[in-house]
Amino acid sequence: MRQTIVRNVAELPTYGYGPRSGPWWGAMGFMALEGMGFAIAIGGYLYLYAVNPNWPIGATPPDLWPGTAETIVYLLSVIPNEMTNRAAHRQDLAKVRTGLIVMSLIGIALLILRGFEFAHLNTRWDNSAYGSIVWLILGLHTTHLATDVGDTVVLTVLMFTRHARPRRFSDVTDNVFYWNFVVLAWLPLYVLLDWVPRL
Amino acid sequence: MTVMADERELRDDALNGLELSTRLDRIWRTPSGLLGALMSVDHKVVGRRYIVTAFAFLLLGGLLAILMRIQLAGPEQTFLSADKYNQIFTMHGSTMMFLFAVPVMEAFAVYLVPLMVGTRNIAFPRLNAFSYWMFLFGGCFLWISFALNVGPDVGWFAYVPLSSLQYTPTKRPDVWAQMITFTEVAALAVSVEIVVTVFKLRAPGMTLDRIPLFVWAMLVTSFLVMFAMPSIMVASTSLILDRLVNTRFYDSSSGGHPLLWQHLFWFFGHPEVYIIFIPGTGMVSAILATFARRPVIGYPVVILSLIATGFLSFGLWVHHMFVTGLPQLGAGLFTASSMLIAVPSGLQIFCWLATLWDGRPVYRTPLLFVIGFIVIFVLGGLSGVMVASVPIDTQVHDTYFVVAHFHYVLIGGAVFPLIGAVYYWFPKITGRMLSERLGRWNFWLAFVGFNVAFFPMHILGLIGMPRRVYTYTADMDWAHLNLLSSGGAAIFALSFALLLVNVVISLRSGALAGDNPWDASTLEWATSSPPPPQNFDRIPVVKHRDPLWLDHASLPVVAGLSLERREVLLTSLAEAEPQIREASPEPSIWPLLTAIATTVFFIGSIFTPWAVLWGTPPMAVTLIGWFWPGGSKEDEE
Repeated sequence: MRQTIVRNVAELPTYGYGPRSGPWWGAMGFMALEGMGFAIAIGGYLYLYAVNPNWPIGATPPDLWPGTAETIVYLLSVIPNEMTNRAAHRQDLAKVRTGLIVMSLIGIALLILRGFEFAHLNTRWDNSAYGSIVWLILGLHTTHLATDVGDTVVLTVLMFTRHARPRRFSDVTDNVFYWNFVVLAWLPLYVLLDWVPRL
Repeated sequence: MTVMADERELRDDALNGLELSTRLDRIWRTPSGLLGALMSVDHKVVGRRYIVTAFAFLLLGGLLAILMRIQLAGPEQTFLSADKYNQIFTMHGSTMMFLFAVPVMEAFAVYLVPLMVGTRNIAFPRLNAFSYWMFLFGGCFLWISFALNVGPDVGWFAYVPLSSLQYTPTKRPDVWAQMITFTEVAALAVSVEIVVTVFKLRAPGMTLDRIPLFVWAMLVTSFLVMFAMPSIMVASTSLILDRLVNTRFYDSSSGGHPLLWQHLFWFFGHPEVYIIFIPGTGMVSAILATFARRPVIGYPVVILSLIATGFLSFGLWVHHMFVTGLPQLGAGLFTASSMLIAVPSGLQIFCWLATLWDGRPVYRTPLLFVIGFIVIFVLGGLSGVMVASVPIDTQVHDTYFVVAHFHYVLIGGAVFPLIGAVYYWFPKITGRMLSERLGRWNFWLAFVGFNVAFFPMHILGLIGMPRRVYTYTADMDWAHLNLLSSGGAAIFALSFALLLVNVVISLRSGALAGDNPWDASTLEWATSSPPPPQNFDRIPVVKHRDPLWLDHASLPVVAGLSLERREVLLTSLAEAEPQIREASPEPSIWPLLTAIATTVFFIGSIFTPWAVLWGTPPMAVTLIGWFWPGGSKEDEE
């Protein structure tokens, strides 16, 4: 077919932020399906809760302090996360590096706290269906957390190499965006795991 | 045109014709040789592989069906043992659902959607390559296990407690459950790619109301996959955990509940039907418009029907569980919603009939398959409304009536449009036409064979023949209808053999297709057949819902994309206004390596929980290799 040029896009930028960029939508897609995974697991928990006369089954509720400590760290982590976001939008490499280091450390601290949380669940996965579902849910979120921390650490290292080009700032903002989802996904799980058994 | 003085980079407004094509071809071509083939991230290469692999699994699943029909052709036959029969019907269902029906629809989307929206590659091409490898490895894992006599034998739904360790102490259910994980990872990846491709990679001017109906159908399907498949992944994971590390999800002595499995399975399993059917409707709309020689009547009605079907499909799962002793209110609600979903499907059928009525139909093979689809699917829909009702369902549950119903819906609703789609898009994919004469034989054998094979099953079910029995006694009076059904199955199988013959002959000596052999209206026909690696020399600009019918001779295009690196044009979500010239990834071996590492992790973890520990580092390493910038122009912008 004969082609007629009706428009020239040469002046357009080669990367962008937020909903203008492709990876942002990719992250949205994965958040949707991972969020659905959490929703299904929560549904499973509530189903087992509904069909069992005693809950938790043969165990005391989890100790509150690890989950609560995590929740506080998660909520506070939103602040340095947002600062990293703003630095990335300004393309301020030094601030972005600092922000990513802080976020990596927070992630590692949360993984350590998570270890304590498993130890203080007060049930094993093979004790009862209650034990199974809390281990599954906590395991799911731990996988989710560990993946994001791994990703953040790699991105941090990357920003210290020659690859720290302008388009990488867009990747940083996507990483920030995804962290907010990790935090958001945790909040209902905290209520479910730590407070529902106390009802 | 000349290059502007301040431009350092060569752009596509600087070259024309053959020079432009050659240059783009060099940038976008998959590297040669075996390594090059393993590195390919071209959506057409991956899509072709996906299609061929899915059809190979159709062949395998079909052979199993033939074995079952031989066994059931007469009473008290000993061709298959009871144990073999269990494996075979499980493998047939699992193969057809997880390795053929869903993947083949996604395969067509992987190939066609980027072409239809007028872009150069799918979003996240490396994820796409990874997805294919996961699908291939998962399918091979299932079939190699079957060959080694570890094939699953607990049905394609693997209900507990039958699939629990206590009742099936072998690895068979684990193979089934982990095959699920493989194929769901693959399907989820493709879905995200399709959503982002449709949202962000559409040609400028392709506003929401100009998106081709097939693309709309695949968009809705992708959302269904994203919201349905996490459920089966939670289910299969918890089943493996129950069997491997003694969790108690389904152990009623420790607070678990077998019905939890059914809820999780069918919360996925019912949308699954629509994940298979909705792409079929998209194919029907595409074929129908071309061969009725007019746009599909009621474009907004069809789209709203697709979306409504998508939403409603999540509210029906419990109708698979009517005989489990549900509360009456729940049964009533799910009966109503099951009947309700017939409404949007019915609306679409009326739109298609009106299109045929008002058009000037050209009865070529693709259209024959579409008409076959309408007849068979309507019959399947009618028996669907019947089994939506609790009293009827209670009567025919687990009988051949249900087998007849879902084969009418699935083969009628998905396979007939699919074979029509093969005839329709084969010229685009290969550059050659399939034989029309063989095509007509193919259609009539399929149509007659299918109905002779499956219609008698309605009656068999009504007179009491249960599903999943490996034989029956002569005094049940089921022999004649079963023999008839087996005869029909043989004819139906012959129609697929004919399709294969047609494909092989046409690949060698079929008539050359040209760019647009059917005079169709959508963008995939605006490029050569088969399309070049870059799909289009310049990105088209869309001014009409049927761009190629608006102007047959000339295509409005945009210029200004790079001729030095792979670049695609991102546009805005609703209006498709150009926003960004974004780099598109180059070929890479890392998706294959990541898939291999993931395969080791998945297979290892059905044998030992420690696989999670030693299986993770290789995955992490390959993922870092995948995402670490390679220093190419694409990465360093």
